[in-house]
Amino acid sequence: MEDSGKAYWSATLGLLTKILIVWFLVSFGAGILFAPALNSIHLGGYPLGFWFAQQGAMYVFIALIFYYKKKMGEIDRQFDVHEE
Amino acid sequence: MELQTTIYLVVGATFALYIGIALWARAGSTSEFYAAGGQVGPVMNGMAIGADWMSAASFISMAGLISNMGYGGGLFLMGWTGGYVLLAMLLAPYLRKFGKFTVPQFIGDRFYSKSASTVAVLCLLVASLTYIIGQMTGVGVAFSRFLGVSSSTGIYVGMGIVFVYAVFGGMKGITYTQVAQYCVLISAYIIPAIFISIQLTGNPIPQLGLGSSLVGHDVSLLDTLDKVVSDLGFANYTTSDAGGMLNMFVYTMSLMIGTAGLPHVIMRFFTVPTVAAARSSAGWALVFIGLLYTTAPAVAAMAKTNLLRTITPGVVMKGADPYAADSQLVYDERPDWMKRWEKTGLLKWEDKNGDGRIQYYNDKSKSDAFKAKAEAAGWKGNELTVNADIIVLANPEIALLPNWVIALVAAGGLAAALSTAAGLLMAISAAVSHDLIKNVFAPDISEKGELMAGKISMAVAIVIAGYLGLNPPGFAAGTVALAFGIAASSLFPAIMMGIFSKKMNKEGAICGMLAGLFVTLFYVFAAKGIFFIKGTEYLDLIGGPNSFFGITPEAFGAIGALVNFTVAFVVDKMTPEPPDHIQAMVESVRIPRGSGAVVGSH
Repeated sequence: MEDSGKAYWSATLGLLTKILIVWFLVSFGAGILFAPALNSIHLGGYPLGFWFAQQGAMYVFIALIFYYKKKMGEIDRQFDVHEE
Repeated sequence: MELQTTIYLVVGATFALYIGIALWARAGSTSEFYAAGGQVGPVMNGMAIGADWMSAASFISMAGLISNMGYGGGLFLMGWTGGYVLLAMLLAPYLRKFGKFTVPQFIGDRFYSKSASTVAVLCLLVASLTYIIGQMTGVGVAFSRFLGVSSSTGIYVGMGIVFVYAVFGGMKGITYTQVAQYCVLISAYIIPAIFISIQLTGNPIPQLGLGSSLVGHDVSLLDTLDKVVSDLGFANYTTSDAGGMLNMFVYTMSLMIGTAGLPHVIMRFFTVPTVAAARSSAGWALVFIGLLYTTAPAVAAMAKTNLLRTITPGVVMKGADPYAADSQLVYDERPDWMKRWEKTGLLKWEDKNGDGRIQYYNDKSKSDAFKAKAEAAGWKGNELTVNADIIVLANPEIALLPNWVIALVAAGGLAAALSTAAGLLMAISAAVSHDLIKNVFAPDISEKGELMAGKISMAVAIVIAGYLGLNPPGFAAGTVALAFGIAASSLFPAIMMGIFSKKMNKEGAICGMLAGLFVTLFYVFAAKGIFFIKGTEYLDLIGGPNSFFGITPEAFGAIGALVNFTVAFVVDKMTPEPPDHIQAMVESVRIPRGSGAVVGSH
């Protein structure tokens, strides 16, 4: 039980790390740090860096939460700690 | 129908709806009063969080700020939505599993100390009160503008209405009231945006319209806007950042972790039935918030375009020379909406060069080429001042949309300001009655007495916030940003360490919270005055404005959080480990199984 608890927690932390990397890359990365460089690329009428800061990051955030919810549900069941 | 009559009708109808729902769902027991018996589904809860979240700052003022700031305004968009990712993954499910009503309860139990809980109450009260002062000011301004009364009367009316549904309805009333408010405010935001997007670009979806070309042109709206604002000496719309890349980075971070640490938002996650529902509530909340937040940049850029089209006819659509005299609007021929807003004092014109035309440009531009052109055109300084906060409210008027749309926007602005005020009052009331009175001062208080104490503290908070709203300590946007800074620097790190660090002890958490709170308040008060009292600023002491690497006071919460984490870990290493039962409790909080109903006290 002790070992399974540890494995569950490290699986959870692994998922969180992956999601936080994407979270950081779309907002602080594409939206701020690399925005000036990305602006030379255009997405329709949008410069790409501007698009990430004012549109793209938010769409990715929404997708990330639902992805997290789905994956966490799978991890819960895998380690048999889900709610009845 | 007259514009003013339509506004009265629409605002009146929406208020009758909210108050009706609050009375219908009047709460009974303490458990229902605070957490609606844990019976609110994820979609409804997500909508209520959305209404709670989107205050006067989001609805009325954000798009106006983006309109002025251009690209840099994206920090509000990313900051106020990215925080939900942190909230959904790092806090919400675990706090739900923990199964108590309030943030200070969690902190008090996890750090096995009433002092920790009292420090958390202090942080919560400072953050919530600061936030609510701004909201009450917003309520007052919105009421006075739309009901044609003075701003003080507007605040009194607002105080009365907030009091009625917060004190008598409790959270159950508020949850359903807020679902209704969400529906009103989102339609008030999106309908005018759709109209304007069609007018300008022919695309009915504002999010796509912003990336489209102007009607009858093959140049994109943003390119046109970039060119026109540069011609008028302003910074390029799609590239101007907010006080440098570092400040924008820290500011965004501060808003994100502040979002995840604001007590009235966290509290919402106690009202869902299961841990899984807490996870999806955050997702749904962000869907509903994202609807407004992804529309806001379109509203901002299109309002700016329409404003420039009005004041410099021909320049935007026909490519006329902005420096030619007949490209500038003759003041006597200005549209009615300008006359209406001039009465509020938020839009002003001063004929500096005496030509009877309106020159609107950046007279502080550093470009010599531009200054030469402005001088050659005979411009003697910018003549039009447009307060950023009127952009969203005036937007449908600028675009000459029908009266019912203007009235709907008025109702939406009021819904946004009132709903957030009510949510914050719930958090304050729970903190005072549960965490101070019941847990510290009078442990044997009856359920009825506790309920009464909660209502009295709400009433007191309304009066304090109303009073400070009547005599505002500064401008609303500044106080709202401070609230985020305080939540980011004090509560977020403590909650996070409580879940993710099994060994974090009470000494570490308490010292961390106090250090984060103190550092942030110290930096902010230096620029804004002690408790926002004018004349008590001490900028010399910290070496001038933004002396810490050019970081503005509004962005400082992230630095405060860093201080909090550091102090907590250092103190933790020097003091004893938490007892075994606490470490076992942390382990049980981490797994979803066994999440019962939320229980009142221990």
